[in-house]
Amino acid sequence: MELTDVQKKILEEVADLHKIPVGAYNIRANGESVGRNSSANIEITSKTDVSGIDIKIKPGTKNESVHIPVVISQTGLKENVHNDFFVGEDSDVLIVAGCGIDNCGSSDSEHDGIHRFYIGKNARVKYVEKHYGSGAGKGKRILNPVTEVYMEEGSYCEMEMVQIKGVDDTERVTHAELKEGARMIVHERLMTHDDQHAVSRYDVELNGEGSSADVVSRAVARDRSYQRFDAKIIGNAPCSGHSECDSIIMDNGTILAVPALEANNVDAALIHEAAIGKIAGEQLVKLMTLGLTEQEAEEEIINGFLR
Amino acid sequence: MLELKNIVYQVEENGEGIGILNDVSLVIPDGKLTVITGPNGGGKSTLARIIAGVVKPTSGKIFFNGQDITDMSITDRARLGIGFAFQQPVRFKGIRVVDLIRLAKGEKKLSSSDACKYLAAVGLCAKDYINREVNSSLSGGELKRIEIATVLAKKSALSVFDEPEAGIDLWSFQNLIEVFDGMRKNIEGSSIIIISHQERILQIADEIVLVKEGKIDCQGTCDEILPKLVGTESAVKSCGVVDLWKGGDN
Repeated sequence: MELTDVQKKILEEVADLHKIPVGAYNIRANGESVGRNSSANIEITSKTDVSGIDIKIKPGTKNESVHIPVVISQTGLKENVHNDFFVGEDSDVLIVAGCGIDNCGSSDSEHDGIHRFYIGKNARVKYVEKHYGSGAGKGKRILNPVTEVYMEEGSYCEMEMVQIKGVDDTERVTHAELKEGARMIVHERLMTHDDQHAVSRYDVELNGEGSSADVVSRAVARDRSYQRFDAKIIGNAPCSGHSECDSIIMDNGTILAVPALEANNVDAALIHEAAIGKIAGEQLVKLMTLGLTEQEAEEEIINGFLR
Repeated sequence: MLELKNIVYQVEENGEGIGILNDVSLVIPDGKLTVITGPNGGGKSTLARIIAGVVKPTSGKIFFNGQDITDMSITDRARLGIGFAFQQPVRFKGIRVVDLIRLAKGEKKLSSSDACKYLAAVGLCAKDYINREVNSSLSGGELKRIEIATVLAKKSALSVFDEPEAGIDLWSFQNLIEVFDGMRKNIEGSSIIIISHQERILQIADEIVLVKEGKIDCQGTCDEILPKLVGTESAVKSCGVVDLWKGGDN
């Protein structure tokens, strides 16, 4: 597998990969699979009807990982990818996705992807998805991920969704359906700058008794960027749901937080919290008394906030 | 040496100027632990904040080692060697204890063992705290100790502590006294200002300054000032829990 230096850098940003990962992986670069490995318990195959892959994880697979990063370094490339994950019962796996676009040209580059997770009974999944953009070209870097999660009884899914830099336009849609005793935790971290535009929608249905969801977003909007966060939790059973949107607004940024709760069962306990504010002056002052300039203090506060 | 010359600080209330500090002149000597005490609302904390640069005086001048720092920013004063522990420590989201200590030390990287010694010095079991976020999950007393640890890590030429005992439980108070006593024993080349109401802290002072109604009421060595303070109205007015229990003896 040969990757260019730019592609290697993107790979490092989105998947913390410095070399070929251990275990199962599929690396997609400029619309093609440039490296793939299935393991004894995790099988990766190409889809035949659409562009994308199926990842089948055998029941009982423990402590294994799958890396499926995507890098785009070709200006004007637009792709639409469908990846399906079938996570077997009682397994415990780490899935690292992520997409990075380096656009040095004048045409827009766009990666639209659908990730569907079918998580079996009592299985545990940790999913990490990082999105990153770089390149000095005028062409936009656009990422529109759709994530669907179908969780069986007693399953657990923790999702870490990160977009810190360089993505001009994004619309993220996450839909989840949870059965009895299933638990979902989402940590989203988002920073937009310049004239970037980001929309993130969550739609979590708690259908089974004892199911629970915790959707937490930390966001920073700088310069003239725009963000919208829509989080809807629907309680259809005795369940518990919590969503939190905590945002820092800077410069001439705009943030719209729209938390929503829908309870269709008297024992659905649902809570939402949303807060938008600038960096607290006293936080800046404290760090300045340690010798940091105001700008350095601001960076530390944001880095901590988005950690 | 820190020198305050004719410091005035006024705030506006209902269109009227209210004097918080009224022509305060003060010299804080090098190599000494100076405790500034006095009744609540007398202007002690404002004085501390003016020294750190958090508050700008309405008029007057501040000199640090002969340099006029009156118009200097908080950052520049910190870099010049002034450290400041807040009376009410600030909470963050995501910034961990280890991050604050690293920033205080001015280093890009800090080993856990290095960071831990400052926490141990303020009586915190380092491994339980080092990776915790400095957020609302910490109690007031824990935050206060972490605040003091950051100032210890900064190693300033002049360290200012604004009511370090406030919010610290009685059981930890002895430990706090030991921290300051230890600092005092190793004070060479630096100086310490503590804003405090506590007799136990006054007892370890080299110098005591009594601030009342925005003015310096008196200044002198511990032996000169402390006997005058104990049992006076200003001591009673400013009493904390310990003083309350001792109320009958005063």
